[in-house]
Amino acid sequence: MENVLSQVALMIVLLPLAGALIAGLLGKRLGTVLAHRIVVGLIGIAFFLSCYQFQQIVLSGQPAVDHVYYTWANAGVMNFHVGFLVDRLSASMCMVVLFVSFMVHIYTIGYMAGDPGYQRFFSYVALFTFSMLVLVLADNLLLLFFGWEGVGVVSYLLIGFWFQREAANFGSLKAFLVNRLGDIGFILGIAVVLLVFGSLNYHDIFRQVPANLDRVIALTPHFSASAITMIAMLLFIGAMAKSAQVPLHVWLPESMEGPTPISALIHAATMVTAGIYMVARMSPIFEYAPAILSFILIMGGTTAFFTGLLAVVQTDIKRVIAYSTLSQLGYMAVALGASAYDAAIFHLITHAFFKALLFLAAGSVIIAMHHEQDMRKMGGLARYLPITYMTFMIGTLALCAIPPFAGFYSKDTIIEAVHLSQMTGAGYAYWCVLLGAFVTPLYSFRALFMTFHTKPRMDEATKSHIHEASWVVWVPLVLLAIPSVCAGQMLIYRILYAHPTLLGDSIFILPAHDVMTQLGEEFPGAVMMALEAGMSPTLWLAIAGIATAWLCTAYRPQLSTWFTHRFSLLYNILLRKFGFDDFNQIVLVRGTQDTGYLFYDVSDVKLIDGVCVNGSGLFVRWVAKTIRYVQTGYIYHYALAMVLGMTAFLVYFMWGL
Amino acid sequence: MFEQLPLLTISIWLPFLGGILVLCTGGDRHANAARVIAVTVTAVNLLLCIPMLMAFDTGSYDMQFAEDYLWITAYQIHYAIGVDGISLLMVVLTNFTGLLVVVAGCHFIKKRIAQYMAAFLILQGMIVGVFCAMDAILFYVFWEGMLIPMYLSIGMWGSSNRSYASIKFFLFTFLGSILMLVALLYLYNLTGSFMIQNFYGLQLGLSTQIWLFIAFVLAFAVKVPMWPLHTWLPDAHTEAPAGGSVVLAALMLKLGVYGFLRFSMPITPLACEKLAWLMIVLSLIAVVYIGLIAIVQTDMKKLIAYSSIAHMGFATLACFIVYQIVIDSHSLQYAYLGLEGAVIQMIAHAFGSGAMFLGVGMLADRMYNHSRLIKDYGGVANTMPVFAAFFMLFAMSNVGLPGTAGFVGEFMIIMSALQTHFFVALFAAMTLILSASYTLWMYKRVFFGPVTNENVAGFKDMTYLETFNYVLLAAGVFYVGLYPDPLIKILRVTLGHLLLQSLPPDLAMTVPTTTYL
Repeated sequence: MENVLSQVALMIVLLPLAGALIAGLLGKRLGTVLAHRIVVGLIGIAFFLSCYQFQQIVLSGQPAVDHVYYTWANAGVMNFHVGFLVDRLSASMCMVVLFVSFMVHIYTIGYMAGDPGYQRFFSYVALFTFSMLVLVLADNLLLLFFGWEGVGVVSYLLIGFWFQREAANFGSLKAFLVNRLGDIGFILGIAVVLLVFGSLNYHDIFRQVPANLDRVIALTPHFSASAITMIAMLLFIGAMAKSAQVPLHVWLPESMEGPTPISALIHAATMVTAGIYMVARMSPIFEYAPAILSFILIMGGTTAFFTGLLAVVQTDIKRVIAYSTLSQLGYMAVALGASAYDAAIFHLITHAFFKALLFLAAGSVIIAMHHEQDMRKMGGLARYLPITYMTFMIGTLALCAIPPFAGFYSKDTIIEAVHLSQMTGAGYAYWCVLLGAFVTPLYSFRALFMTFHTKPRMDEATKSHIHEASWVVWVPLVLLAIPSVCAGQMLIYRILYAHPTLLGDSIFILPAHDVMTQLGEEFPGAVMMALEAGMSPTLWLAIAGIATAWLCTAYRPQLSTWFTHRFSLLYNILLRKFGFDDFNQIVLVRGTQDTGYLFYDVSDVKLIDGVCVNGSGLFVRWVAKTIRYVQTGYIYHYALAMVLGMTAFLVYFMWGL
Repeated sequence: MFEQLPLLTISIWLPFLGGILVLCTGGDRHANAARVIAVTVTAVNLLLCIPMLMAFDTGSYDMQFAEDYLWITAYQIHYAIGVDGISLLMVVLTNFTGLLVVVAGCHFIKKRIAQYMAAFLILQGMIVGVFCAMDAILFYVFWEGMLIPMYLSIGMWGSSNRSYASIKFFLFTFLGSILMLVALLYLYNLTGSFMIQNFYGLQLGLSTQIWLFIAFVLAFAVKVPMWPLHTWLPDAHTEAPAGGSVVLAALMLKLGVYGFLRFSMPITPLACEKLAWLMIVLSLIAVVYIGLIAIVQTDMKKLIAYSSIAHMGFATLACFIVYQIVIDSHSLQYAYLGLEGAVIQMIAHAFGSGAMFLGVGMLADRMYNHSRLIKDYGGVANTMPVFAAFFMLFAMSNVGLPGTAGFVGEFMIIMSALQTHFFVALFAAMTLILSASYTLWMYKRVFFGPVTNENVAGFKDMTYLETFNYVLLAAGVFYVGLYPDPLIKILRVTLGHLLLQSLPPDLAMTVPTTTYL
């Protein structure tokens, strides 16, 4: 069995890679239809294999499988190898990744039809799926880092997919560089792990954590830090960039320049959640670093609330959803900080479904509007795009945590878990996520009303052409809408009550932090949980948010204009995104360039080259030129010099001066 | 059957013979004959590496395929050559690069092709000689001899400012290495022999070691090049023809680190230990300061040249952190990991920067005025999609993406750097963001965006010869990135032995010695 599962895991990873290579290298020869058939087929097979894997590991409760395929480098006693760990966490993630990826692949057939880079796009998306699966299945930090960087690079390539556009190129470069900033932390974290544990294998690391709690690392002669805390901090810096936590979130909105299918797959459902996944995976380390858990709570809470606010003033439909993704990632981070890893992964899964759905539905709108993304030029689309409207509505309701949609269960679990948590910072995080519950419906229903309700604001020519796209576009929407409705009820039992839970022994929680068990004790069952929602403030805040959105966009649109004038300072702060971009552009980007110029012009060109190198050349020339005058060629000059010289020597030797 | 042949001697002198033969075809009269001969010779040389790799005994640190003849009896100078793990990989790398350069030359070089091919063939032979030499004078002869064809190639086939660059190149490297000769003569007086092996383990006093160290370090630091002796490199690179840049980046810079490993560390271990902090600081300056400079370059070749300096900083860093690591951990593990990283970093850098220099050559070749300035390009991906895809791969290797060659060395070195101090690793890790900034920003400006001018609009995608070169390089990049273990096997015993010899005796006593031997 173990053997079969390890081979299945290998197949799951290699099938997308095969698809990427076929579409990438032979794409032009195969033509568009054959290329997409092959890639979609391979991804589909991989998805069914991942279902089998999920069934075996999670549902049948087979023991986790850790299999090494080959040794990457054997450096002394340190063995770096390529191996996959199939356990409850990775099996669940695999299935989610492949399901969304499969849907996005099908959707792409419609969305990218006629694009000159059609096969290239399929190749990239399949390559992304491969990297993401490696990241998820890796059984050691090195391989995880391979997947981590792999998804980063494919994300870079896909954001800049339409490389003729300046904004796309800017966005892709920004995304890559911000992620690399986080990777500095990540790779140093890996290095500290290697220093402390002598291995990068999860298994070896986790086994040795309890024995290394007192280990310290000297940073300066007077200051040492706990090794475990340092590892947790450094790894989380990596996660902050990948999972777009404030202040490293700046790349995600810009990434919307990429084609919509990849916004759904990469920048909503899978890649951006890699940081969340990594922290959950490394839970045995984070559990022993309570300071970092508090830090995660605070950063997550900040991200959840403040980036949600930014979504309220956006007018580009994709950017609204992007900021909403940021905010939801904040929720997941808060769950991690409260040691509610199950809740974080739960929200990750439901979010993957409904956010991919929202993006793909937005994409369907964008196709219908001939690649117009500005919501101010939409309106009243519900009549023309009924399927898109229905699915978008389902996605929005799930996002706003309205029972009984999927998002309700996961978000409510998080809010309750933070409420129970005793960690420092949990109080702040609780208020952030609670207020977030008001902001989320505000911006998402604002987008819904502006797009699908209200008076149509597009021109007549566009209006006459609006129609639902072909089945390849709307079938994935429907298929994603199903889990957006029911994944919550299906999973909540396994998250809170069942033993083992969904993640079971793949994560580790200190008894003192275990809010999930406490929650589980109060768990009334899925139906009752939905019915009891009215007792908590969350639902009422959500309803208030929806009402406000309706009031300001649909009922009295003048109200929003009045608000922007009345509170223009606040409005401008939100428009400038709290100034993060300006700060980065002026201080970091410009600062780096100026330092570079300083070093180059002053130090390298003027000082080293000008003064030292060419200077010594000139000096030699000057000496030669000066000395030349001594060589007069007159015999009596030389005779004089001889006499003077001899006199000097005589004086020196006789008196010994 | 091949093992009986003097493989190394053939490897050194076959290119010489080929070079003379090519010269005989004379100027451009038989240009095709010159091309065919040059390609054949380099291909045969590369094929000769296969039996060498097969027959190499990875379990031994002795010099293998050794040949030893007395050359100049009066001074006990030998023609002694042989390879250990490090040399072997460098010889293979040299022969690999030689083929690429000659194939690329078939295309780029329009005038005096025979002389060009001859210069590069002879250069290749000399570089193989440097890596094989077991006798210090033989080493020195090849080391200096190498400068002549390189000097000529910059001076003859270079671009506008070539005479300044070629003289600067020659003076810098020559001034550095003349002191090395003094050091070698001193060691000869001490031991009565020029065999490098005999210089090891001499138990010299600290002050002697420091003088020797300084003499060696000037020679090697210029070649690497280390800050602040690096300014010849950007000039030499920009003015050199594409082939010259490739040889410079892929091979000549490696000689500096090779020198540290072969001479400085085993001959003057005590001085190395005492001055390691200085070398570490200089290496980190190379990574951070040079990385920042690379960002603001406007000339593609200069940018890649600065990037080369930053990448080589990693290799020198790995050489000199070993002392602190051994002092701290009393184990060779991480020191060894770093040294492995250094050698692999050299190979990876040869692929990555070699490919990028070739790429700039291809672009300049298509441009009417052979411009290398970034601003003259833009939107190249529209007209040369295949080239853009390949170049992206090499750029990513330069950035250090896992799965490509560039990652392996950097990863190992950062891992071992953290053993010395957190901040050493932090500065080293800055390369993650810096290399990504300068490489990808250049890529963006050259390849992405709409086509900016009619010159770029007329570009044709890669020819068969160019594709051939890039396929070879891409294979190398992936091979090293995905499966570096075979290389590490070759290096393993050699580096373990070298490491033990490079530790001062009192330090060597503190570590268990049996691990690698």
